Amino acid sequence: MTSELKVSLWRGGKSGRYQAFSVPRRENQTVLDVVTYVQRHLDPSLSYRFACRVGVCGSCAMMVNGRPRWTCRTHVSRVAQSGSLEIGPLENFPVIKDLATDMAGFFEKWRDAGGGFVPTKTRHDEIEAILPDSPARLAAAAAIECINCGVCHAACDTVRWNENYLGPAALNRAWTLVNDVRDGGNRERLTVIAANGGCHACHSHESCREHCPLALNPTASIAGLKRRTVQAWLKGEIRSRDREGSA
Amino acid sequence: MNVSLYVWQRATAAIMAPMIFMHVAVIFYATRHGLTAADILARTRGNIGWGAFYTLFVIAASVHASIGIRNILAEWSQLDDRGAGIAALVFGVAVFGLGLRAVAAVTLP
Repeated sequence: MTSELKVSLWRGGKSGRYQAFSVPRRENQTVLDVVTYVQRHLDPSLSYRFACRVGVCGSCAMMVNGRPRWTCRTHVSRVAQSGSLEIGPLENFPVIKDLATDMAGFFEKWRDAGGGFVPTKTRHDEIEAILPDSPARLAAAAAIECINCGVCHAACDTVRWNENYLGPAALNRAWTLVNDVRDGGNRERLTVIAANGGCHACHSHESCREHCPLALNPTASIAGLKRRTVQAWLKGEIRSRDREGSA
Repeated sequence: MNVSLYVWQRATAAIMAPMIFMHVAVIFYATRHGLTAADILARTRGNIGWGAFYTLFVIAASVHASIGIRNILAEWSQLDDRGAGIAALVFGVAVFGLGLRAVAAVTLP
């Protein structure tokens, strides 16, 4: 193991450049540790985002040697065998500065895809009993652990090609609610998801599944949405229309 | 792509899949039996069955391909969804017209 790590960090906005740093190599060291070392010891003007450092908050994702990763749970030993790291802002997101990206559009798509729970009961009603092994609950459980880190969004070819595409994270979230028997928003949710830029824009490349740090499978969620929207459309429950704002 | 285009593209693919096998089987039959163009035309001209078979194939192919072209144009060109739709419609009508012309050439008596 070399005692120094060669690190290239993206500096500036969209039209910035990579800047080289030398960081001490440690036995147990995450990519986030490396970025934090640079900010605290070499260049305090470096901008990046993190919060929990334990893989829960989903705020520290970056491009690491060309792949989107959650940096707080990515050990340097696993990704820098050659002794060098290139760390950049997440692809498919506007760069604010250095390694910090603008997540607003990502969460707007999450909202547009019907990511908000639509209650059907009040606090005075009985609590809905949900069997843990019911098919709907199992389908929701397979997708529910998403932390919205944006790694799948950065890895997705369709997001790169189609700015109106809602993206794997937003559709994965929608799939959990489509399978939530307590939710009452499915007609509107499926209508939006069935429109241009919705689930049918997905090419099933499975980059989201390949890169998801939690080993979720958004492609499977999107395939479920494709089936569900087709059924709803054939039954006349939803109509085919263009999503608002979609070209 | 919205849900109606998705369904149309999958439905036309489902129609074409067995027809392609049939088409390939016919090609193998014709080549293995040494049929000439005149032999083939003698069998197809005035044959309502072959006329209907290839007319249905042309309809399915023109719908299927034009939806695919629309998606490619919308993702890879500067055209917006509306422009891609118009270009794909023109392409689909052209494929339909050329296909029907070919079907007429080999099946009309």
